[in-house]
Amino acid sequence: MMTTDAGTRPAGRRRSPAARARSRHPVVLVATRKGAWLFHGDADRKAWRADGPHFLGHVVSHLVLDPRDGRTLLAAAKTGHLGPTVFRSTDRGRTWKEAERPPAFAKAAAGEAGRAVDHTFWLAPGHADEPGTWYAGTSPQGLFRSQDGGVTWAPFSSINDDPQYHKWMGTVQDGTPDGPKLHSIIVDPRDREHLYFAMSGGGVHESVDGGQTFRPLLNGLAVVEGFDGSEPTFHDPHCIRLCPGNPDRLYQQNHCGIYRIDRPSDTWQRIGDNMPKRVGDIGFPMVVHPRDADAVWVFPMDGTSVWPRTSPEGKPAVYATRNAGKTWRRLDDGLPQRQAWWTVKRQAMTADAQDPVGLYFGTTSGELWMSGDEGRGWSCMAQHLPEIYAVEAAEL
Amino acid sequence: MKVLIPGALRSYTDCSQTDAGGATLAAALADLDRRYAGIRFRIVDEQDRIRRHVRIFINGEQVRELAQPLDVNDEIIIVQALSGG
Repeated sequence: MMTTDAGTRPAGRRRSPAARARSRHPVVLVATRKGAWLFHGDADRKAWRADGPHFLGHVVSHLVLDPRDGRTLLAAAKTGHLGPTVFRSTDRGRTWKEAERPPAFAKAAAGEAGRAVDHTFWLAPGHADEPGTWYAGTSPQGLFRSQDGGVTWAPFSSINDDPQYHKWMGTVQDGTPDGPKLHSIIVDPRDREHLYFAMSGGGVHESVDGGQTFRPLLNGLAVVEGFDGSEPTFHDPHCIRLCPGNPDRLYQQNHCGIYRIDRPSDTWQRIGDNMPKRVGDIGFPMVVHPRDADAVWVFPMDGTSVWPRTSPEGKPAVYATRNAGKTWRRLDDGLPQRQAWWTVKRQAMTADAQDPVGLYFGTTSGELWMSGDEGRGWSCMAQHLPEIYAVEAAEL
Repeated sequence: MKVLIPGALRSYTDCSQTDAGGATLAAALADLDRRYAGIRFRIVDEQDRIRRHVRIFINGEQVRELAQPLDVNDEIIIVQALSGG
């Protein structure tokens, strides 16, 4: 069992719940290609203290705090040489312990090749009524569940070994450059049996029976020209988010545009057509407002010609809508105005729950940016980090 | 038998050399995992394949199958391939 001690704070007496509530502070969880950091902020979100690196040299795809207990952290990690694993901390990142059984596919029958998890990509806490339940999405695409707070993991639902889903997942060559991924695992806050997930590639899928069965949810989504849109294999959702302020509404940043869906409709509406044509509506992250279901933020990238996947024209900007996608506004005050060729990956942009909402994103060039006023102004929190894979905002 | 541990796995063993028992490589790795929980999955995947960037040598000869028989006097060297950036 691999354990580490970050050793950033002396051990002390346990604080009372009231004392903990008084001392809660914002924290930004940053997962990178070379390790993880926690940035602890003051109440005004002005001053930030870096705690890290944790797991230096590990590829950390996601670092997530359990909102149900406010202290358990899970980190999805691997190194370039060794197999994947999950680390857990139950003391807000002071010490870490490796999962006893990380996500792994079932052993294949004799004579069959079988799949192996290359890395766990996405971590999602389960429903508020199911403390200890977590979901994980992997590369290659697999769905896993833990029911003991991330200590042991098991394949979840039938999709991992379902021939139809295997066909939709395609091969490793069909996915993103560092492997096809299962991501955007969403639990309906009103109904723990109602789940969504997405696959790059492989489309968007929904379950209404607690994950026993899933079905595609693809109507209205475009695919690359020349491919059959009725085939889930050709769909590439990049990031999907459910609105806390209206759980019937989801937004999606797709390889082919920005979309909104209002359930019970099963058809996605392309709202990215209203973006400026010179910027387009291609990108990776999708960020929803914690209360206002009409407000979302995206980070467009250059998806033209050979797909440079940089900021369009080297001028990074966030785009926001406050009317569910009818109109978009460019938000780049404080961001570099030229010759900035980084972009933001699908898990690397997020919002906190404060008022006004704080926004945070990490770049492929290792910069961490934040806005304390819902995107109107931006400031750089940190530079010179490794390539940033994921950013989450929470309170500790 | 003697087992040499690469740097990347010493967070599990806290040493560069340890001992393991077993009549096959699979048994030796299982024995290693009993003492250093989690170490086997970093070396071998869930389909019992030695991971892509890991090499295992027995008495200087590279082996690829976990069924490889072992003798009590054999020396196992686990190596992480140098790759990445």
